[in-house]
Amino acid sequence: MVTQSMSQTNTLSEHTRSEKIAPRLFKWLPSALMLVAAILLVASIAFPYWGLVLEAPQYPGGLQMRVFVNYMTGDDDPRLDEVREIDGLNHYIGMKSLYEAAAFERSIAIPGVIFMVVSLGVVAFLRRRWLWVLSLTVVVFPFVFLGDLAYWMNNYGQNLDPYAPLSSAIAPFTPPIIGEGVIGQFRTVAYVDTGWYLAVGAAVLVAISLLIRLRISIADSRES
Amino acid sequence: MISQRISSKLLLIGAVFLAAAVLAVIIAPKAITNAQGDPTDWQTIAEQRGLTEADMRAAAMTYTPSGMLDEYVMFASGGHSGQMFVIGMPSMRLLRTIAVFTPEPWQGYGYGAGEEVLAGGDINGRQVRWADTHHPALSETGGDYDGQWVFINDKANGRIAVIDLRDFETKQIVNNPLFLNDHGGTFVTPNTEYIIEGGQYAQPLGTDFAPLSDYESAYRGMITFWKFDREAGRIDKSQSFAMELPPYWQDLCDAGKLVSEGWVFCNSINTELATGGIEAGNPPFEAGVSRNTTDFLHVINLNAAIEVYKAGNTVEVAGMQVIPLSAAIENNLLFFTPEPRSPHGVDIAPGGDFIVVSGKLDPHVTVYSFQKIMDTIAAGGFETDQYGVPILNYERVLEAQVEVGLGPLHTQFGPDGYAYTSLFLDSAVARWSIGAEGYRPQDGWSLISKIPVQYNVGHIATAEGDTVSPDGNLLVSLNKWSVDRFMSTGPLLPQNFQLIDISQEGNNLQLLYDMPFTGGEPHYAQIIKADKLNAWDVYPEVGWNPLTQSVDPNAVLQGDEGVTRDGNNVTVKMTAIRSHFTPEHIDIQAGDHVTWTITNVERARDATHGFSIPYYGISLSIEPGESITFEFDATEPGVFSYYCLEFCSALHLEMMGYLTIQPQ
Repeated sequence: MVTQSMSQTNTLSEHTRSEKIAPRLFKWLPSALMLVAAILLVASIAFPYWGLVLEAPQYPGGLQMRVFVNYMTGDDDPRLDEVREIDGLNHYIGMKSLYEAAAFERSIAIPGVIFMVVSLGVVAFLRRRWLWVLSLTVVVFPFVFLGDLAYWMNNYGQNLDPYAPLSSAIAPFTPPIIGEGVIGQFRTVAYVDTGWYLAVGAAVLVAISLLIRLRISIADSRES
Repeated sequence: MISQRISSKLLLIGAVFLAAAVLAVIIAPKAITNAQGDPTDWQTIAEQRGLTEADMRAAAMTYTPSGMLDEYVMFASGGHSGQMFVIGMPSMRLLRTIAVFTPEPWQGYGYGAGEEVLAGGDINGRQVRWADTHHPALSETGGDYDGQWVFINDKANGRIAVIDLRDFETKQIVNNPLFLNDHGGTFVTPNTEYIIEGGQYAQPLGTDFAPLSDYESAYRGMITFWKFDREAGRIDKSQSFAMELPPYWQDLCDAGKLVSEGWVFCNSINTELATGGIEAGNPPFEAGVSRNTTDFLHVINLNAAIEVYKAGNTVEVAGMQVIPLSAAIENNLLFFTPEPRSPHGVDIAPGGDFIVVSGKLDPHVTVYSFQKIMDTIAAGGFETDQYGVPILNYERVLEAQVEVGLGPLHTQFGPDGYAYTSLFLDSAVARWSIGAEGYRPQDGWSLISKIPVQYNVGHIATAEGDTVSPDGNLLVSLNKWSVDRFMSTGPLLPQNFQLIDISQEGNNLQLLYDMPFTGGEPHYAQIIKADKLNAWDVYPEVGWNPLTQSVDPNAVLQGDEGVTRDGNNVTVKMTAIRSHFTPEHIDIQAGDHVTWTITNVERARDATHGFSIPYYGISLSIEPGESITFEFDATEPGVFSYYCLEFCSALHLEMMGYLTIQPQ
């Protein structure tokens, strides 16, 4: 009981103190968080957002596909181009070439990230009414990425060439974007990767900044 | 009372026995049995198969479960199969056959592709498509195997082949225009500057005719130094030269290393100048060649010979620059010293300081000191042989003799100062100690141990046993006869490669494993540490030409396939990927000349496609990334189904196409 009351006293006194410091700290914290978010976004370009491992008896170690924000790649040895190998295998079930998937999205990926980073800068330093809406793109970006991925997965899985060699053996399907699936002798494991987590980190920081600013503006409007 | 006591005593004894029996049942080792009641634990299996503890130890040292890779790789000559064989150790599994001098359809060698390499071995315009491969030589850097190239000679026709260890394929065959046989090859200098090829049966240089009655004056021996251009991966004939030698039947050679680098040593077996003629009442070769108690070890100053060659002090014979015997003598390039009769091995110790010779009709290994040879040469004042070659005094160059047994042939080395010599007549391998400083002075020059082998050992090979830093550990006895070692498969029996553990000191040599070898008499083999090899998993880029080791300008990429015609010349551009060739229809006319390129555009390891055209004798192996161009004349009209020879995929049977040739 004693401890509780003491801590309550502490909190109260801190609160009183923080109310004095708050205006300055709260004013700059959202901007700082947005700049950190911008850094996370830029860094995320260098890491895969999403990965897929295909495991089958005749591929010891599995086949790997890593999707970056603007391109796809296989494992570390470029001589054994595993995306190409997956693509080659896909022709048996009549799946379209992976290299044709999300061409538009991949083409605007880097400009899009630049736009978001610039937006964060603008929102961090220029306080205009409604300008903060720009930073919402960062908040929704990782989820838009996954949504788009799910769209293409479904598009590819459902639109199989009926004249493919194994069309009679493999029915159209929707591969999971996270978790395990089975296609023929392949077990697939899909997962979100470092780049995506960095983007989510950026989204969370921006969301926090916006909430802080919201609170400041509510407090300001009360005072005035 | 008494009976009561007795009966209670009996009861007690009975109870003790019962308890003991129960205990015995509980603690007795139990055989684990499978559903059928057959024993399945390894001790029981070993017992039932009659395997001893030593056998189980050998099994533990050699058994290599699925997926475990070998520690060493042996490159064995394939004798008169004309090929080379790659064997993993200690598993003794055959990993690869390398087609060298002889066409081989699995590798698509000589059936549409590889013809250009094979043609390098044509002799005076004639196709010779078999060989008797003898002595593989791995390329060396600083006297140690570097795992980049391997060379091998053809004793039967006097030729040399170059194999690239990035893809384990033969890149070049060179015919020696001076000679129709060789034996003293291949051996490389410590940095693979030169590949040594010594001749064997004397003949007039340049493959000309001379009657046997002119043997002494017209017949000659030779040694050729082929310049290897590592950058190009080819022997450069324009930088190569030979040396004329007396017709003594030079046998085996070895290149000096470390202190003896720049010198070459060869032995010889027919200083008698025997010419045989058993049918005319002459001593047959086997007797005539063995009459003298000594033959001549040849000591050749290679560095000085290179100078003489570069100075142009040569004559041209059949397009080859040859240092005449007179120039060799005059420039102090060649010396002889006696060696025990009919020697068959000349092997340089790891330090390059001792030369070990085995006379196969003398029970000793004879060890010469390189330093003593140098001192004796420097002292001068020699006797000469009938051709004027200076002879070094035997006593002055001799270091030691070790009595090892009957029929000593070839010597290999360990890291611990031990040497190993094969004993043909004893059918055994001897371990003996090199008694010099830096080797095993504690044991002196002495025989340590012998292990019988089954049967009639020729060469032996220890791990990296002829380099400047032998690994030892394992020894393979390359036995000529197997007699009763394997189940009979008819009168033609395999040779027997016997794996022997030499890792323990002293009198402790253990036979581990017998591997039947059906390639042809193996002769020599070399064993390299597996991690020195760095073979490609797939060709580095799609469209690769293994002959140039670069992307072929004619390679076909997906989307560029097609058939084009220019008069009677038809060009087919084709790709192969699981499970189809593109195109699948090739329609041409009888009388067309066809140039056909196929590129395997696969990147997956092991996704090799074969290709065959019936009747026209085409069989290709197109490995992932490889591009092959072949040509043929469409002489016969008809319908020819081409298909993939490798079971590449579930729809492999469907990987085919039709070549239709319309009659004119």
